[in-house]
Amino acid sequence: MSVLVNKDSKVIVQGFTGSEGSFHAGQMIEYGTNVVGGVTPGKGGQTHLDRPVFNTVAEAVEKAGANVSIIFVPPAYAADAIMEAADAGIKVIIAITEGIPVKDMLYAKEFIKNRDVTLIGPNCPGVITPGEAKVGIMPGFVFKQGRIGIVSKSGTLTYEAADQVVKAGLGISTAIGIGGDPIIGTSTKEAVKLLMEDEETDGIVMIGEIGGQYEAEAARWIQEQGNPKPVVGFIAGQTAPKGKRMGHAGAIIGGADDTAEAKMRIMKECGLEVVASPADIGETMAKALK
Amino acid sequence: MNIHEYQAKTILKKYGVNVQRGIVVDNPEKAQATAKELHTETGTDWYVIKAQIHAGGRGKGKVKETGSNGVVLAKSLEEVPEKVKHIIGGTLVTHQTGEEGKKVNKVLIAEDVYYPGDSEPKEFYMSILLDRATSHNIIMASTEGGMDIEDVAANTPEKIIKEWIDPTVGLQPFQARKIAFALGLTGNAFKEMVKFIFSLYKAYEATDSSMFEINPVLKTSDNKILAVDAKVNLDDNALFRHQDLAELRDLTEEDPLEVEAGKSGLNYIKLDGNVGCMVNGAGLAMATMDIIKLSGGEPANFLDVGGGANAETVEAGFRIILKDPHVKAILINIFGGIVRCDRVANGVVEAYKKIGDIDVPIIVRLQGTNAEEGAKIIEDSGLKVTSAIVLKDAAAKVKEVLQ
Repeated sequence: MSVLVNKDSKVIVQGFTGSEGSFHAGQMIEYGTNVVGGVTPGKGGQTHLDRPVFNTVAEAVEKAGANVSIIFVPPAYAADAIMEAADAGIKVIIAITEGIPVKDMLYAKEFIKNRDVTLIGPNCPGVITPGEAKVGIMPGFVFKQGRIGIVSKSGTLTYEAADQVVKAGLGISTAIGIGGDPIIGTSTKEAVKLLMEDEETDGIVMIGEIGGQYEAEAARWIQEQGNPKPVVGFIAGQTAPKGKRMGHAGAIIGGADDTAEAKMRIMKECGLEVVASPADIGETMAKALK
Repeated sequence: MNIHEYQAKTILKKYGVNVQRGIVVDNPEKAQATAKELHTETGTDWYVIKAQIHAGGRGKGKVKETGSNGVVLAKSLEEVPEKVKHIIGGTLVTHQTGEEGKKVNKVLIAEDVYYPGDSEPKEFYMSILLDRATSHNIIMASTEGGMDIEDVAANTPEKIIKEWIDPTVGLQPFQARKIAFALGLTGNAFKEMVKFIFSLYKAYEATDSSMFEINPVLKTSDNKILAVDAKVNLDDNALFRHQDLAELRDLTEEDPLEVEAGKSGLNYIKLDGNVGCMVNGAGLAMATMDIIKLSGGEPANFLDVGGGANAETVEAGFRIILKDPHVKAILINIFGGIVRCDRVANGVVEAYKKIGDIDVPIIVRLQGTNAEEGAKIIEDSGLKVTSAIVLKDAAAKVKEVLQ
């Protein structure tokens, strides 16, 4: 078992023939991900990277049996791509695109609400179940197979955490990059819940950043569950000034309760292993498992 | 993106929101004529002169050079030029600007709206923003107009009215009525408030804004409702479909180094510390700042060079960091995934040589694809650059150079 994606996932790439889509689809195929095709409106019927190109997601579902979609469509059209995938019956949508207008995501999130679909992202590195499927832009070799799940708002910081976990003698079950935007499909709590319920995950690394309440919500939920698995938490942005957007659209301190300090305090109170330095993530996890 | 009060009011007006009328000037010599024009247009005899900077607290704020407040009242046309002179060109310090303050290039000369009449004027608070917890827009209102909403939330949270807007159907009349009733309004003022809320929400949606804060919203003595101040924050990601709004950007309000970095495609934010940093990825960049602090330094900046760290971006990054005289050391932290560490290392060496004499120590931490090769390139370069692979080592080396 693993969460969200595995070797049986039938993955399509929306924005397949664009430069980003092409490059990362190639990397995913090389990793061994079961990419069954791609969608670029108007280019249906062509072949790209030895895979069929479809005009619509519905066609890709019907003809190639797609159930997971990864989106590289430019920001102006990405929300539409998410809704198209959801409407076609895709079960897991992973939106990599950065820079989608908030209003578009407001509509897209509402559109998918009552459909049987999980949206990861946008503005995220994707999801990887090492050895089975990489549906994202992360460097696959960093993620050695193992029993630690990772939930993170950030890209390179996820790679950093995975690298440390591996160097500490452990490995990764599934790493979920939930994204750094103000509106994302899957919250920290929802992603943590998936990993808590996964029999092949023994511990969880939870990486957050300033802005919003997701980490506090996740921490409270973990405590309510009786802390069934050790969770190592880190919040980036302890030194970030108030009111400034730190790269990610969602990384902005609004009030007193979305600072790194406040989040770390709540996480500690809820029984999580909170590290002040991102350099300590791996070792702390190794210790927590003993 | 932030815009000025006068720009925000122009936008609101376009969507039918009643605003305190005013005319912007950038020169004290034009002030009297402008005030006269406003008198003709509105009949006002008193003039509110408001400094236009991207920061709150202007009324209590003080202009360094003259001691004038950032918002002042002139009770005659004759008083206007002198009062404008004491603000324009000065440096306004408010609780939001920091000690260095902000230069005032323009003032808004606005009509007096607190005139006496049948009823007492009353101030309210209103804002629209995204509620991240529900992924819905929320309208917040309060009877405590003119006050800092964070103080109201802390001391009297029951005085904040909240209405969540369903994205599919938008703001509904009952919601606007609910807010207006909760603000204690009746009669004509109630009707005006309902209209005000509707126009305000329409403006928010149409402009792809990420925050509106109208503080205060005023009920005048003759029961009109209008926006006396207006803070509008536009969604940067949506500016591509609002060319007219994108043009409202005032670069003089931004840090010159941040503007320059933006031109090179770098995401840079200047901070007050002594250790510069250059990182790929926003999360890792924040985490690197935190490491600098834990190593005894203070981060001098946030800098995300993005996915493609190469010789050009590294050079541009170096140049910007080095323009900050407080920088005593630089930590480069790259996690090579798709981008290979040996390439980044070559980029660092190339950029270093091109810039010439860099007299602050540099610590380069490369991890990921070809990290060992990258470290070797740095060490063999003969430059004053220290390399590290593990994050802990990088932190220790920052500590070392600071001692």
